[in-house]
Amino acid sequence: MAASIIYLDNSATTALLPGVAAVADRMLADNYGNPSSLHGLGVNAEKALAAARRQVANLIGARPGEIFFTSGGTEANNTAVWGISRARRRQGKHIITTAIEHPSLLAACRRLEAEGYEVTCLPVDACGIIRLSDLEAALRDDTILVSVMSVNNELGSLQPLAAVARLVHTKSRAALHVDHIQGYGKIPLQCSATGIDLMSLSSHKIHGPKGAGALYVKEGLRLEPLLVGGDQEGGLRAGTENTAGIAAFGLAAALAAAEMAARAERLRQIKMALVAGLLQAISGARINGPDPEAAAPHIVNISFPGIRAEVLVHMLEQRGIYVSTGSACHSRRQDSSHVLQALHLERWRLEGAIRISLGALNRLEEVEPAVTAFKECIRELWTLSGYSEPVPLK
Amino acid sequence: MYTTLLVRYGEISLKGNNRPYFEDKLLANMRRALAGLPPRQMRKTFGRIFVDLHNDLEAVSQRLRQVFGIVSMSPVVTAPLEMAAIQQAALAVLADSPGATFKVQTQRPNKRFPLTSPLVNQELGAYLLSHSPGRRVDVHHPDCYVHVEIRDEGAYIYTRTIPGPGGLPVGVTGRGLLLISGGIDSPVAGYMGLKRGLELTALHFYSFPFTSERSKEKVIDLCRVLAGYGGSFSLIIAPFTEIQKAIRQHCPEEFYVTIMRRMMFRIAQAAAEQEGALALLTGESLGQVASQTLPSMAVINRVVDLPVLRPLVAWDKSEIIEVSRRIGTYDISIRPYEDCCTLFVPRHPATKPSLVRVEAAEENLPVAALVAECLGNLEILTVEPEAVHSV
Repeated sequence: MAASIIYLDNSATTALLPGVAAVADRMLADNYGNPSSLHGLGVNAEKALAAARRQVANLIGARPGEIFFTSGGTEANNTAVWGISRARRRQGKHIITTAIEHPSLLAACRRLEAEGYEVTCLPVDACGIIRLSDLEAALRDDTILVSVMSVNNELGSLQPLAAVARLVHTKSRAALHVDHIQGYGKIPLQCSATGIDLMSLSSHKIHGPKGAGALYVKEGLRLEPLLVGGDQEGGLRAGTENTAGIAAFGLAAALAAAEMAARAERLRQIKMALVAGLLQAISGARINGPDPEAAAPHIVNISFPGIRAEVLVHMLEQRGIYVSTGSACHSRRQDSSHVLQALHLERWRLEGAIRISLGALNRLEEVEPAVTAFKECIRELWTLSGYSEPVPLK
Repeated sequence: MYTTLLVRYGEISLKGNNRPYFEDKLLANMRRALAGLPPRQMRKTFGRIFVDLHNDLEAVSQRLRQVFGIVSMSPVVTAPLEMAAIQQAALAVLADSPGATFKVQTQRPNKRFPLTSPLVNQELGAYLLSHSPGRRVDVHHPDCYVHVEIRDEGAYIYTRTIPGPGGLPVGVTGRGLLLISGGIDSPVAGYMGLKRGLELTALHFYSFPFTSERSKEKVIDLCRVLAGYGGSFSLIIAPFTEIQKAIRQHCPEEFYVTIMRRMMFRIAQAAAEQEGALALLTGESLGQVASQTLPSMAVINRVVDLPVLRPLVAWDKSEIIEVSRRIGTYDISIRPYEDCCTLFVPRHPATKPSLVRVEAAEENLPVAALVAECLGNLEILTVEPEAVHSV
């Protein structure tokens, strides 16, 4: 492995920020009480949990009582979809979501379909964005849940959530769930002000540890729990809390809140420099999905002609540069991602798609070596495969 | 109840002067397979092995089912050399056996025992019949044979026969170098080699970044399964990326695969010589893919002098898959990590390469230098069998 690494796969997971691991360590070593215990050790752990709840809530303008900790983003998404659908099954059995949601959301919907629920999957345009007219046409009296992600994990596309919320609440009685796992700490999104009823969050995408996440549930909204057998998390999530992970998640959220605007601006700068560098260095490269200026500041998806993305990933890895094909969840499968397929891209763009995703630890100085590495690796592959470079367009 | 496991082996007993050597290998392999279980005695007598049981029949027999050379096994109850004791023991064994009908079958190597075999059959049969309500005697087609062996040290009584894997003890036929790819076929070829008593060294050609690190992990996992049948062995990882690049650079596309296989065989032969292996072992099946047509095999085979053993040569894919499922390699083999990059697979590979043309196509390839460079950068791993937890 190369001496210094450039980690550009932050949408898969992130490195811990300084201080975050120390919080988890302290909890594991000293503050190991069970928050449900009556005695002082339990009280101390409960205090840490309450502090984290405030920190996590603060970043999305929620009340601490509206934050329910989970084991991560997948559980938050599953709980939202199942919890609402089960609680409202007498009101209706129709769910609306989008074609580019995370598998943890789509798979939960598919299970409900098997139980007699009906799921409408909204298509997206070439930028990876839904059309409000499609949403309006899909809303029905028996629609109980609309779930739309804020930032797509593979493309960085942003959905028009304010307009979505207005539409959902004026045209239906459905609850609005937003998978905010990729957007949390990167783009400002206030849940109650926007009209969002449920929101999924994850710790390890914001430089916190894996194994912690949260579901925001608007006060008064009733959900059926997935896990039963204890009254932790207001009865919505039974099981002794992952106090170390949650406390560290709290600190990661607080750090993100403290410098969100500056962080986002830095991410945007790095991303735009990378995009400009790559498009210039590699003729024929094409951005997939939204215009990078109009997308989330930290994700860009680019296809390079005449290469297989997996091979490029491994070649870059030899030089200490870490990126992914499509999204990390897909990289072990040979079929290409459902998100890229939803964009109806040509075959070479599916095969040659690389996702670059940034985090708080990336620096502008990494752009140049990264672009150089991309350029050299791709040229080497082109030479090997006999691919002839397209003539750059004026 | 069962105190001993009677282990039978087949072909070994035919092997003349080599017999003690074969038997000792088998015993050593059995000891290795039982490592981690409580220590026990194993006795070799008259072409059988007796293994003491400590209430762990299931664990022991399960492990010994993976030891090549064993034809079958029977859990036995031992009794002192008195009719009353033999009757008691036989009654217990019969009670533990299925079937409505039975027959007693006695052997009496110990001629000092007062009753002859037919007499034991009669007397014991009568006793069992009167003490086993619902069971009948059928001397022609019994559901269950009650075997009684009267030996010097006591009587052995058993009904069950558990099949073993057959074959020869691993190690008795020499060492083979297995070319293992991570696909379905080569691990099965390795298994078949082990079955005929080969000791393995495995060789994997690794083409990072054109194959992923996970595909290497996959090969290690496959070898771990094979180690369950033959004990730990060496896995050599040979760097192959530069060779593939050079072939692409210097050779015509239609011969990529033929030349790639020739390079693999050259390296394999050199590695085999280093490892003291007397043959190459491959998962090739005649006509399966372009490099496995007879003309391809002929051209590829030209670069080596060692025999190339192809145990699957006449097998259909479905037969290979069936064995791979049975021996536990299939689920690993089908993990999706690509083990060969399409970059190096020609669109129209030659299925009938001619030696003259292939040799001409290799003219610009620095064969000796590439082989030497590869051999200078081998990574050698030791693969241990997956730890088996005692039941």
